[in-house]
Parts: sequence; C-alpha cells; structure tokens
Amino acid sequence: MPTNTDTSEIKELYQTSSPLHDMWVRLKRNKLALFGLFLVTALVVIAVFAGFIAPYDPVQISLKESLKSPSSAHLMGTDVLGRDIFSRIIYGTRASLIIGVVATSISLAIGVVVGAIAGYYGGWIDSIIMRITDIFFAFPFFLLAIAIMTFLGPSFINVFVALGIVGWTNYARLVRGQVISVKESDYIEAAHAVGAKDFRIILKHVLPNTLAPIIVFTTMNIGGVILSEAGLSFLGIGVQPPAPSWGLMLSEASNFIFNAPWMVIWPGVAIFLTVLGYNLLGDGLRDALDPRMKQ
Amino acid sequence: MTETKKNTEALLQVENLQKYFPIRKGIIVQKHVGDVKAVDGVSFDIRRGETLGMVGESGCGKSTIGRTILRLLEPTGGKVIFEGKVINGFSGEEMRKMRSQMQMIFQDPYASLNPRMRVGDIIGEPILIHGVSNRAEREKRVRKLLDVVGLSPYHGARYPHEFSGGQRQRIGIARALSVSPKLIVCDEPVSALDVSIQAQVINLLEDLQKEFDLTYLFIAHDLAVVKHISSRVVVMYLGKMVELSTSDELYRNPLHPYTTALLSAIPLPDPTVKKDRILLKGDVPSPVNPPSGCRFHTRCPKAQGICKQEDPEFKDIGNGHYVACHLVK
Repeated sequence: MPTNTDTSEIKELYQTSSPLHDMWVRLKRNKLALFGLFLVTALVVIAVFAGFIAPYDPVQISLKESLKSPSSAHLMGTDVLGRDIFSRIIYGTRASLIIGVVATSISLAIGVVVGAIAGYYGGWIDSIIMRITDIFFAFPFFLLAIAIMTFLGPSFINVFVALGIVGWTNYARLVRGQVISVKESDYIEAAHAVGAKDFRIILKHVLPNTLAPIIVFTTMNIGGVILSEAGLSFLGIGVQPPAPSWGLMLSEASNFIFNAPWMVIWPGVAIFLTVLGYNLLGDGLRDALDPRMKQ
Repeated sequence: MTETKKNTEALLQVENLQKYFPIRKGIIVQKHVGDVKAVDGVSFDIRRGETLGMVGESGCGKSTIGRTILRLLEPTGGKVIFEGKVINGFSGEEMRKMRSQMQMIFQDPYASLNPRMRVGDIIGEPILIHGVSNRAEREKRVRKLLDVVGLSPYHGARYPHEFSGGQRQRIGIARALSVSPKLIVCDEPVSALDVSIQAQVINLLEDLQKEFDLTYLFIAHDLAVVKHISSRVVVMYLGKMVELSTSDELYRNPLHPYTTALLSAIPLPDPTVKKDRILLKGDVPSPVNPPSGCRFHTRCPKAQGICKQEDPEFKDIGNGHYVACHLVK
C-alpha cells in the first residue's frame, strides 16, 4: 500500500470520475437507452426549431385543400380544414413536450415531498397524509381533472396544472412505500448515529435509494400524461383549438378515421414515439444511476 | 497514581436501563396488549479506556442496549450517563452534537454502508456534519482515516459494492472514527465476517484503541472473541445481566450456571481434551412473558424451589465479580 503517494495524484484519482460522468459511461453502453435519448433529444430539437422545420403555418385554414391524402405538397396530408398535418405535428411537439414534462414535474415534486414525509416519519403524520392522498385518489382521474379545468378555466397553462395536481397521488404512494422499506436499513441508522439531520438523511440516504422505481414510473407516466392531455382536449377543455396539439388532432380526427386515416395515424405515431423515447430513456437511466451496475 | 484513577473512572454509566417494545393490536383503535421486555433493568458502567464485552444469545437484548445507549432507540426507563451528563434528557439538537462523542460499528458491513455513496463521502459525512465544511480539509482527513484502517487513498472514490466484507467493515470503522469519538459501541462487528478476516478486524480495533484512547462496548455472541478483546465481560440473559466480572476471572471461575454452560460450548482446538458440554434444553423463553423469579430457571440444570419464586439479586461477591444467582453465596 503506497503511504506517501503524491497528493496531486490522489486528488486526480478522487476527481476523475464525477457521478454524472460515471452515469454517462454506463448509459452509453445501453443501446436502447441511447435510442430513447435520441428520440427525446430529437423531440426537443423539433420543438425548439418548429418554425424552421414546418413548411406551413399550422393554424392556417385552406378549405379547398381539405382532407388531402399525403403527397409531396403535404407530407402527411391535410385535415378537414385543410391545415397541413405535418406542420401541426411539428408544432404539436411543443404542447405535448411541455405538458408531459411540466405536469409530470408538478406531480413528481408534490408526490416525492408528501410521500417522503409520510413514509419517513410514519405514525399519525403518515396516517393523516395518506388519508388525504386517498381522498384525492378516490376521485376518478378524469373527473377531477375536468373539475379543476372548469374551475381554472381552459388555458394552456391550466392543462398541466390540472394534470399535475391530479397525478401526484400515485407518486406519493410509490415514494412512501419505497421510503418505508429503505428507512429500516442499517445505513439509515448509521446516518442517525453520526448525527445527520432528518432533512439530510431523507435527501442523501433515503431518496437516492428509492430512485429506480420512481424513475421508471415517471417516464412511463409522461406517456400517460400526454394521452390525458389528448383526452382533455377531446372533451374541449384542454388545449384550445386552433392551437396544434396531438391530442386535439386525434380528437378532431375521430370522425374521419375511415375517410382520412392519415389524420389519426400521424398524431398516433408521434405520441407513440414520444412515449417510447421516454420509456427507453427511463429504463436506461434507472440502470445508469445505480453504481452497482458493472462499469 | 493519576494513571490508576484515570483507569477506574467511568466514562459511561447505565442505571436501571429498560427498553420495552409495545405490542399493539387492533386495526382502528390500537390497544396496548403487552410489551416485549428487550432490556429490563440493566445497570453497569464502562471505564475510560477499557473494553466491556457483552455476550448472550440472540434476542437477549445486547444490541438493544447498544442502541439505547446511543439513543438510536429511546429508553423506556432508566438513565444513561455519559461523562457525568444524563443524556436521556437531551434535546434532539444537543443529542446530535453529542453523537461526535459516541459512535457505533454495525454488525452487517453489507447493509450499513449506503450503496449510492462513495466511500470517501461516507467517511467524510460525519466530519461535515460536525463542522468541517472545507472540502479540501475534509478530503485530507478522509485519506488519513483510510490509511489508519488500512485502506488506500484511492479507495475513497469507489462505491461500497466494490469491496469485500472485511474491507467494508474497515470503512464502517473509519466512519465511526471520523469524528474522534470517546466511546464506540461495536455491535457484533466481526460476526458477519469470515474467520480469517475476524482476527484482522479485531486486531485493528485493538490497535485503534491504543492509538486513539478509545473505549469500547463490545457486543458479541462469540465468547472466544470477547475473551480476547475485553477487560471486563457482562453476560446477558433475556434482558437482564446475570454475571459481570473481569475477563480472566469470568473465564477461570464462572459462577452463574448460564455462564458455565456458555463457556462449555467454546470449541477447543485440541481434540485430545475431553470437555463436559452442558447442553441447555429448550429455547430462550419469550421476553413478552418472562418466567417468574430467576429468568433462567426454566433451563437451569441446578434450579431449585426458590429460583421460581424470587428474582435473584445482582450481588457483588468481591473482586468486582457480580452475579445474579440464588445458589452463589
């Protein structure tokens, strides 16, 4: 064992691999996860540069172009009002992406805090918090979302506020269960023994060890949230027409499934690729975040 | 003169310590239907610089005592006095500060290290908590601690799963040492390790004791290990102390029938020596309903009438040898 190793060398050894770098190394070897990352990145790029990519104005109506099948002029065809579906898909990326990410973040933030507190402290705190969660949980998802939307009024921002508020209970339950199982570990007791405060224990010791199922659930859920937005838009209280959103496009297409199947197929494909991208990336992240996975 | 005084001074006193775990029944209204009496009236002291061994079967309350002393569990009754201060009354914040004085080494080196933290951060965390916020200074101390427990500086950048059981236990020891404690509760620190590694860890603990002037409460169920490291030994049975004596005296002259039985179970490495094993019949009785009188009477080969009725007093029979048995006069 080298006892007087050069200090700078030690420092280097200590710092060469940051946790983030390690994670990237592990993620890189997972081809499916890289594909997921590619899909998600592509979506972000498309959303940001929608104005440059889309050949037409997504809200421009031209009735004589109504219900045209895909052609060189309209790559994915046109809808009943003659709007270019390709352009609407491109712009719709923005709405879907923002709703998926923001609504999920709201749910996740509320759910993790509530679930961690309930699980960690247990006892009557747990009972009260979880009964409140149950009350929220007991409402049918859609009914509660509709109620909140009617209360807030339909608008783009309110869609993800509503979806976020409705969705947190799942996270709270999941996190609580994980926290309860982790907090009995010896290393949590060890953290108590060295005098760590509760906040530190939850943040540094409990939550990192509950990450795996939370990440998987979150990425799965992003897909679900995008679909819920579609549902709300279908009912007329989500994204308001004529703004382009995939859900809205699907609901508008419902009358023309047989006459103009491209109206259904392309938003469907877009949603499918988005959900797939998040799921693959999420699976990869779960593995990459675990230092026990072999380098 | 001052030396002897220092040696006999108590660092930690435990007075009539009790820890009951309530048993509750019912779904909505939880009724208190009984207690698991894990620790039931235990008193002893630990002198500065000594190693107090604590032995007994599984479930006799040894680990509970260790955890109650550190207030990882709240005692049901009794007092824990550390350097003259009763720590039971301490607020959360006072107790947190106190924790730099008393540390713990855990039994299972695979479960006691956070798998998501680097070893350097595991060892550095207590240093950070107890006031060294400068990162470079902390890393310097972590490297020194790694060196002290026989690991290399570059190990600090690795994760716990990359180490063997013995190395992990060394990491646990480094974590306990990081805040320069006076007392370390070693909760069966070697029972999860291979026999070949046990000796290394025990020797390390002994070296560290000399180097850093540590006091140990050494909990184990292996009498051979305890004999090697302890200056005095407590024998526990079902939440109570049955015998306390210096290590040499206890092994040479065990007075309590339970101690005698335990000692007879130590395997000897010499096949020509015939030993009379005392085999205890049955299991340890339930600590929910401990037997009346002497708790050991249900399994004691020498039990008499009085043993069923009266709880024997824990009495001094001279020379610092204490025993709780009616048969010892």
